[in-house]
Amino acid sequence: MLAGKPFNILWLQAGSCGGCTMSVLEAGSRNLFDELQVLGAHLLWHPALSEATGRDVQDLLNDIINGDVYLDALCIEGAVMTGPKGSGKFQMVAGLGKPMAEVIRDLAARARYVVGIGTCATYGGIPAAGGSIGEATGLQYLDDSIGGLLGADFVSSEGLPVINISGCAPHPGWIMETISVLTYGDFSAEDLDALGRPRFISNHLAHHGCDRNEFYEFKASAATLSDRGCLMENLGCKATQASGDCNLRAWNGEGSCTKGGFSCIACTAPAFQNIRNYHETPKVAGIPVGLPVDMPKAWFVALAALSKSATPERVRRNAHADHVVVPPGRVPGPRSDKGDKS
Amino acid sequence: MTRLLVGPFNRVEGDLEVNLQIDEGRVTEAWANSPLYRGFENILQGRPALDALVIAPRICGICSVSQSLAAATALRHAAGITMPENGMLSANIAHGAENIADHLTHFYLFFMPDFARDIYADQPWFASIVDRFKATVGTGAAQWLEQRRRLLHVLGIVAGKWPHSLAFQPGGSTKSIDKGEKIRLLSTVQDLRRFLETNVFADNLDAVTELTNADALFAWADNHPTGDFAQFLTVSRACDLDTLGQVALPLMSQGAYHNLEGSLFSRGVFDPATGKRNSVNIDAFSEDLTSTWMQGATAHPANATAHVDADKDEAYSWCKAPRLNAQPVEVGALARQVVDGQALICDLVRAGKTHVQARIVARLIETARLVSAMEGWVKALKPGMPFCEEKPMVKTGTGSGLIEAARGSLGHWLAIKNGQLSHYQIIAPTTWNFSPRCAAGVAGPLEQALVGTPVRAKEHDPIAVQHVVRSFDPCMVCTVH
Repeated sequence: MLAGKPFNILWLQAGSCGGCTMSVLEAGSRNLFDELQVLGAHLLWHPALSEATGRDVQDLLNDIINGDVYLDALCIEGAVMTGPKGSGKFQMVAGLGKPMAEVIRDLAARARYVVGIGTCATYGGIPAAGGSIGEATGLQYLDDSIGGLLGADFVSSEGLPVINISGCAPHPGWIMETISVLTYGDFSAEDLDALGRPRFISNHLAHHGCDRNEFYEFKASAATLSDRGCLMENLGCKATQASGDCNLRAWNGEGSCTKGGFSCIACTAPAFQNIRNYHETPKVAGIPVGLPVDMPKAWFVALAALSKSATPERVRRNAHADHVVVPPGRVPGPRSDKGDKS
Repeated sequence: MTRLLVGPFNRVEGDLEVNLQIDEGRVTEAWANSPLYRGFENILQGRPALDALVIAPRICGICSVSQSLAAATALRHAAGITMPENGMLSANIAHGAENIADHLTHFYLFFMPDFARDIYADQPWFASIVDRFKATVGTGAAQWLEQRRRLLHVLGIVAGKWPHSLAFQPGGSTKSIDKGEKIRLLSTVQDLRRFLETNVFADNLDAVTELTNADALFAWADNHPTGDFAQFLTVSRACDLDTLGQVALPLMSQGAYHNLEGSLFSRGVFDPATGKRNSVNIDAFSEDLTSTWMQGATAHPANATAHVDADKDEAYSWCKAPRLNAQPVEVGALARQVVDGQALICDLVRAGKTHVQARIVARLIETARLVSAMEGWVKALKPGMPFCEEKPMVKTGTGSGLIEAARGSLGHWLAIKNGQLSHYQIIAPTTWNFSPRCAAGVAGPLEQALVGTPVRAKEHDPIAVQHVVRSFDPCMVCTVH
């Protein structure tokens, strides 16, 4: 926050499902509006939350583009629809008669920070899936190719590329913590990973903290989605490769994908929309193709064989049930005369 | 006679532009434009059948569970799978939580803030409405957001996360619930009950759901004036919201929240003009592309094909025009409650037309009814019994999944060939409500409801138009998909 001036945020929805907004509405220990107020942040306009409509919004957008209203953070949710044939007609801004793609480009030139909210805005996401005729792109990437709408060389007035909060939808904490860090001015290029994501999120793998960890260690694998076992060997789980502290924090109070009984689909990764058969693990000669990041294949095979041979009966049986059938702990028996009685 | 283009239209989910023709202070004709196209039906083509469970929910981050359940239902139908009872209950609990979150978010964040606009500053109720509902600062909205976060714990437990879960499969739910989780679910729903009985109704829910007619409703409101619902009723009387946004079209519901015995809300079509209730013939659905930037013959969604044509002259929306027996229909909580025969809501539309007031009351009455049902579903869960029936997906087949999302009837139609989706068509609730004109020139429900809406002198974003549009709680992202 600069010398008492509010930190001005403009949030627009491009080719979006609205899910990132639904997610951020959950942010904060109390409620989003209190959270923003404490930060000294002012929501210039948000399509789902603000009072202003129609003409007033047209005026606001023009004022920002003309430099009459300053903009700290431009938050874009959703992929940019550039089709058909580059015309942008797949999303014309209502009332303005201009393509959203053009409006975003004009606003980005005025923003101190440009923030891509969700995998659509960052990398294209679902609207950019194969077969799509929407010509959807992310703000500065299309899949993992740099460029996107704004181009590889784009930097906002603070000298940063687009800050990519990927995830479909991202955790509310990822969105609010990133915006909060920006309001304190405590963010530099070193805080971004190679794909423009804040490192305090992408330093972790979705696998870290997974409550199926014991099954993973023993390669006690689930055979179907409702089984409790590890989802990696058979059911396509990408958590050992996917960025995000997904299992280090709670989703909606106490959940996560793997806690909900289904595999990680790497929704924080570029091009996750083009995976086919999400819940099947591709294998060559019985060995999963997608091994944990930085794990040599030979080591994985050797460790898997060893751990499988050492799997306790409890872990083996629970891996193939949808609830715990064998509880942990020793079964109480008669007191042994041979034992230490001290 | 003047023309007015209204947009960007906010506090609707997604993009909307409304074009109005105005004469002597009244709207004489309206055209609804859904200006965003993403192409989900194309994206789904050629994908392995079960990939629909990843892609379809992402049509909408607001009605994500609804889209998920429609896709799972269509696949279940294609594969001939029967869910275990626990799977049905889990789906109902998650769906109930999402739908209530939608209804109350609409009430607190989208609809009511318009009455806190300065245009109403001379009204006796203005100060208290500003206190509760002013956009981004109202105390009611802040309290609702805190309650909403608590309510979404239901989805954390049952679905892992929200929006966009993969918990709902053709065979049931991937998440088995143990006794501890069951108790946590119950306590979350009971917290919601407390919020409704304290903030929304200021009375116990049974007293509200037992109201049978408009007179009883307003008498009740006079005795419970502190609740936000009563505040709405005060505003509604002052602004004659029962005369605003009137339309006389069939009301349709696919029936909602199924279990082994049937469904909580019944299925059917009700014609307010005649007062008759009939069964729904989904074979009589069609999609007309006359006013849509697409080319293709009018056809049933199981057979329809469409090709984008962004330069089509006579078109004005990306939304298709769905019809039942060649007629537009209104869908939503109001339609669901009328089709189900809920006495109060039936009484509110007894004059043969739906209106703004009835649409808002129906959502809140439905919310009250749902909470009791959710408590019952949670209690009926049987930990240790199966939640999911495992059966492989068919390589060839067809299926349809018709459900009720918060905003009304949602249908998915799919065909599978060689394990891949060869056809996928979706008709979403707001596709029905915000339909453009069809070949016969018949306007969609919103377009009809806007006719007659008053426009004050020099208003560039007419306030009454805002009320009518938002009374439908449009979900524009679902509409075109």
